Amino acid sequence: MTAFDTSSNEASVLRQVLRSRSLIIGLVLSAVFIGAALVSYVWTPFDAEALNIPTKLKTPDAVHWFGTDHFGRDIFSMIMVGARTSIAVALIAVGIGILLGVPLGLASAARSGGWLDEVIMRGNDLVFAFPALLIAIMITAVFGPSAVNAIIAIGIFNIPVFARLSRGSALSLWTRDYVLSARVAGKGALRISIEHILPNIMNLLIVQGTIQFSLGILAEAGLSYVGLGAQPPIPSWGRMLADSQTLITLAPHMALFPGFAILLTVLGLNLMGDGLRDLLDPRLRNARR
Amino acid sequence: MLRYTLKRLLSLSVSLLVASIVIFVTIEVVPGDPAFYMLGFNAQPDTIAALREELGLNVSAFQRYVNWVSGMLTGDFGTSYTYRTPVADMIGDRMWISLPLALYALLLSTLIAFPAGILAASKRGSVADTLVMGTTQLGVAIPNFWFAMLMVLVFAINLRWFSAGGFPGWDGGFWLAVKALTLPAISLALPQASILARVMRSALLDTLGEDFVRSARAKGLTRRQALWRHALRNAMIPVLTIIGLQFSFLLAGAIIIENVFFLPGLGRLVFQSISQRDLIVVESVVMLLVFAVVIVNFSVDLAYALVDPRLRRRS
Repeated sequence: MTAFDTSSNEASVLRQVLRSRSLIIGLVLSAVFIGAALVSYVWTPFDAEALNIPTKLKTPDAVHWFGTDHFGRDIFSMIMVGARTSIAVALIAVGIGILLGVPLGLASAARSGGWLDEVIMRGNDLVFAFPALLIAIMITAVFGPSAVNAIIAIGIFNIPVFARLSRGSALSLWTRDYVLSARVAGKGALRISIEHILPNIMNLLIVQGTIQFSLGILAEAGLSYVGLGAQPPIPSWGRMLADSQTLITLAPHMALFPGFAILLTVLGLNLMGDGLRDLLDPRLRNARR
Repeated sequence: MLRYTLKRLLSLSVSLLVASIVIFVTIEVVPGDPAFYMLGFNAQPDTIAALREELGLNVSAFQRYVNWVSGMLTGDFGTSYTYRTPVADMIGDRMWISLPLALYALLLSTLIAFPAGILAASKRGSVADTLVMGTTQLGVAIPNFWFAMLMVLVFAINLRWFSAGGFPGWDGGFWLAVKALTLPAISLALPQASILARVMRSALLDTLGEDFVRSARAKGLTRRQALWRHALRNAMIPVLTIIGLQFSFLLAGAIIIENVFFLPGLGRLVFQSISQRDLIVVESVVMLLVFAVVIVNFSVDLAYALVDPRLRRRS
């Protein structure tokens, strides 16, 4: 299924990308926020952590584009730096999910019906019984709140998602002729999984990865909103919303901008995921349209 | 059906057993000495010793685990260190907010999602379909606690239709209590309704393309009749799965939403307990929530078998 190896194919892929509105909007939105996070390392309009009480609770104007918060911090700069936290937490959590979940799923499929399969799948069911928030609550109760705990909680939650996905799709690939001929040729389960199965489920993993990335951003925001995520002074969107809550009548702009930042980032990633799925999975493209 | 139920019941018990071990090890064994952890670095040795005695920590971890589990089985969840009251009573009081809230949200989510999903699938490609799909795309992306804050701003602070938070209790009248839970339930339900509507739509579209629906059409049924009589029932399997999964998200989500509306539910209890290092309470609440999730998934499995006789035979 290496469909992208000739130049004419590349051109047609590009055409499809340009034709897919959701993919374009998704890519642009995601690029804006990832760009903001990267730029924040070298430049922000103001120091995101600098307190400046005289300018507190300013509504948006030409100087402070998104206004200031109750400590006089520039909200635009805080959102830029907050994007780093959100993206880093969600991205590493997806990485944990893929690095641990995919090998488990592939092993489970390779030994389908055996005890290893049974153990891995029951383990998956068990982790599914713990929503990310409960994992975060347990870890925080013992180690105290931090961004790392949020990463671990969301990462653990991601593992069964990727394990199930890769097991399910690997199972159907194991019945294909080319896998059969690889077995006849004497290749072991490990080599077949790596050389034949993995490349063929890559598309699915990319799409699911995008979706888990967006879920991770939502989860991180929720965790830091209740105080289980990144701690001050590191800016994070969820905590900006928590801070804004008691001041919502006085300074609604404090609640609006971080909320829109989360909404648009998640929306962008979801649209990108939808667009990628249509692009990478021709079966769905034909069936669902 | 009986064999299927028994088999599921066995795997349910194993899940709960393993979950309880995981929770116990994470909260009571990993931190080392829970009494030292709960009292902090400045505690006097004799205070720690007294607390160890009080919490029954002077026995082996295995014995403590057995005590904890057998206690829970008889309704004894231990005593809160901070409040000096039985944890079971504390949970009992607060569960009457969190559980109704999650169920209320589940009801709303289903009531919104079913018509929306069926409408979108039956009129695929129409304006209604596009509208449903667009709205649900937004609904999935919106953080529910932010949506809750915006609703407080609009419906409680500006329009004054609802109170901005707090709970009058069930004794103050059923409708008053329901009213206090309405904004929280809507904010919990919105993202879940969006997901469910999308699942409903795509499951229906999938079944509408199947042979038995084509046969039904060939028999003379209209598309509409085929959808209601044949496709809907078959589309229920993925929809039920999602409803089951959603319940756990709703319970967890309720914990966060309770914070927005200052509802004294399980969420508030757990966050207070974390800041007060009241490990006993955290441990019991987490176990209870996991128990709820496992039981709901078990019920969903049974519901599958009721909806789809093929599943019963396969086992």
